[in-house]
Amino acid sequence: MALETSRPDGTKTETPAAPVRSYSTDAAGLGTRRALGFVAPALVLIALFLVFPALWVIVLGLTNYSLTGAAAADPGFVGLDSFVRALGDGRFYNSTWLTFQFVLGSAVIGQAILGFTLAKVLQGRIKPFVEGLVILAWILPGAVVAFLWVALLDRDSGSLNALLGIPGFAWLIDHPMLSIIIFNTWRGTAFSMMLYGAALGNVPPSQLESARLAGASGWQQLRDVIFPHIRGHILTNLLLISLWTFNDFSPFLLTAGGPDGKSEVLAVFVYKVALSGGDLGYGAAVSTVILLINLVVAVFYLRLLRTRR
Amino acid sequence: MTRFVLRRIGYYTFVAVVLAFFALPLLWLLTAPFTDTPTYRVEWPDFTFANFATIWEHPYALGSLLNSVILAGGTAVIVVALSALAAYALSRVRIPGRDALLYTLLLLSSIITGTAAMVPLFQLAVTAGLIDSQLGLVLIMTGGLLPAAIFMLKDFMDTTPKSYEESARVFGASPLRIVWDVVVPVVRPGLATIAVWSVANVWGNFLMPYLLLSDVEKQPAAVIMYTLYTEGGSPNLRLLSTFGLLYSVPVVLMYLFVSKKYGFRFHGGIKR
Repeated sequence: MALETSRPDGTKTETPAAPVRSYSTDAAGLGTRRALGFVAPALVLIALFLVFPALWVIVLGLTNYSLTGAAAADPGFVGLDSFVRALGDGRFYNSTWLTFQFVLGSAVIGQAILGFTLAKVLQGRIKPFVEGLVILAWILPGAVVAFLWVALLDRDSGSLNALLGIPGFAWLIDHPMLSIIIFNTWRGTAFSMMLYGAALGNVPPSQLESARLAGASGWQQLRDVIFPHIRGHILTNLLLISLWTFNDFSPFLLTAGGPDGKSEVLAVFVYKVALSGGDLGYGAAVSTVILLINLVVAVFYLRLLRTRR
Repeated sequence: MTRFVLRRIGYYTFVAVVLAFFALPLLWLLTAPFTDTPTYRVEWPDFTFANFATIWEHPYALGSLLNSVILAGGTAVIVVALSALAAYALSRVRIPGRDALLYTLLLLSSIITGTAAMVPLFQLAVTAGLIDSQLGLVLIMTGGLLPAAIFMLKDFMDTTPKSYEESARVFGASPLRIVWDVVVPVVRPGLATIAVWSVANVWGNFLMPYLLLSDVEKQPAAVIMYTLYTEGGSPNLRLLSTFGLLYSVPVVLMYLFVSKKYGFRFHGGIKR
């Protein structure tokens, strides 16, 4: 039903252009009408499969829609009940707290600091080799790297325990959060490394040189010369990797939120509540919260981009 | 002098630890496929290719790779075609409200992620009968990739010269002909980048096919890989290692191709 509501503006612009005015000012003589026709097909798909679901999630969050049971046949409007329910739900709190740890630990501390350090200190012949490995960890399919880590961390015959000499240490069961934080640091550092690599190229070598001649220590050079030049990049980097990590579903591939919800970040929480548990209404309410948080971070990021241009 | 030595030692220790950290998980993917009876541990391979037979014997492994090709290829074709048209029009014609539109597109593509949209997409797919439809999945993934693709391509087209189009116009070529014969050849590197980017995104995507395709015969490699190591019983490591390797190789080849041909130019926010 609602699928059709987004259609009118699409079809309207799709109607074949009337005879184009003989002189359009653009290079190819396309004219505004035909240009709109060029943009329309993409906008229709975006409206149907991206914008509409985002609006629909808000509507769903106000219902008690579920996959099975009475509410499946006859979903009702429950208003803000699901949001109120989330406020009193210990599992939701736990999940939010774990997500905070996940973002802070693996994105802000793990990826950003390791990525910056790699971009800053790597040099010589070893540099392209290390960079290649870091990028490889980033581009391989998620399902493959998740299994590689399952193999690496295996309690009895994993390579890590063999290397550290601690057979029987159950990483994924006893330290699930630590495991997914380290995993995501490993997985995502490449982006920060490349971004800081590009950013450090903007720091004028002459300023670094004079700071060094004036006797500035490594830390002082970092604080007084390098950071002021790449402040924008740092903020960009932190916002983007936080957004991605916040929305990352790959912890599911490694621990599936377990054991006992100890690594159930919000992405996994939504999946379990809505799709395994069938409670679509409640899942949608939590998704709405995720969407709002994304919106805040993204608006902040885009404003930052605008002021920098 | 001692300070210099200490710094060198510190540097090499750091490099060694980083190398080990990043290489250790990856080693298994290189050794296990070529080991007679692979375990979870990294062992020196026997250089056998016998394990690859398990892929042919498995009922869904090869088919799932084909499904990945279909999904990734289908999405890439639609994304490239539609984003090229839209980006060209937005780059050359001052459509009213253009800047607001671009800004909104960028905003949407960064906030509406698979995680935020999985519940409505699943519910809509059930309602619209798109569960188990590969075309439905392709359209959903296309919708997700288009905003960023349009944005990147528009940036690219802004930097290409308009003079070719203008001279073609002087010779009386029609606008559509100009787009096809003059613009497309000029922006081909941009189109290739968007194609590779789309393929890479879909190839690795697990969540969407996992949600929307329940028929094993239609599932792509990402979902089959997950099923292989989570289904009951002890996992078949011969199959998992060879399948994982085969599923990974195309991504690595694509990366090497792109970085060799265009140099790895850095686009902020290219990966979702």
